[in-house]
Amino acid sequence: MGLIEFKAVSKYYESAGERVAALKDLNLNIEAGEFIAVMGPSGSGKSTLLNILGGLSHPSVGEIRVDGIDIYRLKGEKLADYRREYIGFVFQSFHLIPYLTILENVMLPLAIIPCRNGDRREMAVQVLEKVRLAEKSRRLPNQLSGGEQERVAIARALVNNPPIILADEPTGNLDSATGKEIMGLLSELNSEGQTVIMVTHNPENARFAHRIVQLKDGEVQE
Amino acid sequence: MRLHNISINNLRRRKGKAIFLIIGLLIGVTTVVTLITLTRAMEEDIGKKLDELGANIIIIPRSHDLALNYGGLQFSGVALDVKPLHQSDLSKIRSIKNNENLSIVAPKLITSAKINGNEALLVGANFREELRLKKWWKVLTPDSERKSISDRRGSDGMKHVQSPQGTSAYLLRNSLTEKDLLVGSAAAHHLNLHEGTSVDIQGQTFQVRGILEETGSQDDALIFADLSKVQRTLGKEGQLSLIEVAALCNSCPIDEIVKQISEVLPGAKVTAIKQAVESRMETLRHFKRFSVGISAVVLLIGSLIVFTTMMASVNERTREIGIFRAMGFRKGHITQVILLEAFLIGLLAGAMGYLAGVGSSRLALPFFLQVQESKIGWDLVMALSAVGISVALGLTASIYPALRAARMDPAESLRAI
Repeated sequence: MGLIEFKAVSKYYESAGERVAALKDLNLNIEAGEFIAVMGPSGSGKSTLLNILGGLSHPSVGEIRVDGIDIYRLKGEKLADYRREYIGFVFQSFHLIPYLTILENVMLPLAIIPCRNGDRREMAVQVLEKVRLAEKSRRLPNQLSGGEQERVAIARALVNNPPIILADEPTGNLDSATGKEIMGLLSELNSEGQTVIMVTHNPENARFAHRIVQLKDGEVQE
Repeated sequence: MRLHNISINNLRRRKGKAIFLIIGLLIGVTTVVTLITLTRAMEEDIGKKLDELGANIIIIPRSHDLALNYGGLQFSGVALDVKPLHQSDLSKIRSIKNNENLSIVAPKLITSAKINGNEALLVGANFREELRLKKWWKVLTPDSERKSISDRRGSDGMKHVQSPQGTSAYLLRNSLTEKDLLVGSAAAHHLNLHEGTSVDIQGQTFQVRGILEETGSQDDALIFADLSKVQRTLGKEGQLSLIEVAALCNSCPIDEIVKQISEVLPGAKVTAIKQAVESRMETLRHFKRFSVGISAVVLLIGSLIVFTTMMASVNERTREIGIFRAMGFRKGHITQVILLEAFLIGLLAGAMGYLAGVGSSRLALPFFLQVQESKIGWDLVMALSAVGISVALGLTASIYPALRAARMDPAESLRAI
């Protein structure tokens, strides 16, 4: 049994009165420690897959098991707890909170776990050191370059040490040199044991992955 | 980094919005504090002034009057079995339970007497009490006396309405002796009395200390002298004809006081001049009601400002909320962040509103009351209530926006631009 199991997962959207399938009968197994690249043209269902795995969007049919838990059967706010404990999101457009400093942005996921504020700070500084941004921790996001902002986003995804990192086009808004740097960082994290699932258009990035899942019209192309 | 850091930092770094929200509530709180403070100050002031303005209880001897029609002639007021009031009744009045509310007790002996050979109505009164009771009395100065007389018929033969400017009789309260007289304007005219004139009453010599300015009341026809002197001169020691009582009726139960006095003076008829008191209070009540209305409207507008601004803010922060949710924030955490912002806004607006309210009522008070010095102090209860109301309104107006934020679909929120 893998870390992540998609069992006959489908997701439909209503669009102009028509039912459109974003994912069709998806079966997928991902082992712990894998680095997966999800590729495919726009509208092929890549982001839908990531959202469903990230506990953000319910599938229409099927089940997803993570670490043996059927996540969409979790009651009440347990799904939010699942996101907090298992998932670190890295978004294409960084999604940093503009009015919080770099350090505060990284500490954000820790704000809702019971621990001492000093410990929170220490954990955040540690991951900022990992992405080599510790010295800029007091700045606001708009005072950083795109590559630096993406590194902050990665640090934030890592700070509570989730087993799974979900990255949605992590280099989409970056120049190729910075993009490579970010891919190197993700690869490094993966080698340290984190499972990375990355959505990308870029075949260059896909080379960092152990396995490529090719999607077309919501179906896996083996 | 805790949840409250998110709220505080958002307010700190989006100052424009925070200030707008604060102003929305601030105007409301300031208005309420101003109106309440002004109403209170006016209530106190009017209450004080009105209470000292005149009697609101009159005590007269109880008599069984019969109207008698005998041989076509009307005899009214055939008094049977009259028990006159006595000097000792004064201490009985002072012994009632609500004694504290009794501001002035003014006894009087009204009698007719030969004054310079003419029959006139003489009132024996306790000058000190009487002058406190009748603060509107003015004594004509020799100058204004002449003017007043000449004004009665001007050269054109028309009556002039210009009123002579006398000095307040209240100023004489400490200097009047038992030989002094205060003479009503009509009596002075009738008996041809002037300030300084010596007067013979039943063989005793008195001196006119002042002529009272026309009041339009029964006082114009009366001559006022010292009570005990009158009692002695006329051989009516200890006797009283009536007692006027001014009760501090800002808060006192006038009916209760009347009842208590009746109990200690079973032989007397105690009457409350209720209408006067009630109309005084009615005016205040109207102003209060008006204040409450205005306050409610302004607070409602303030809450609406908070509501719309918070809604706009939540919509603006849709993506931010999506990020929080993706990180594992529960709905409750989102609600907490938004409501904490509302709480802080309410707290600031309440405190500032209280200060602004006290400040503006101090500025406005002279326009409402003719007082120079400001009597408005700091009031902790009012300050806490202002902050409490402000916080409560801020929170209430933000509940829906906060719930809306919490209920946003995380995946949808993240897509928002």
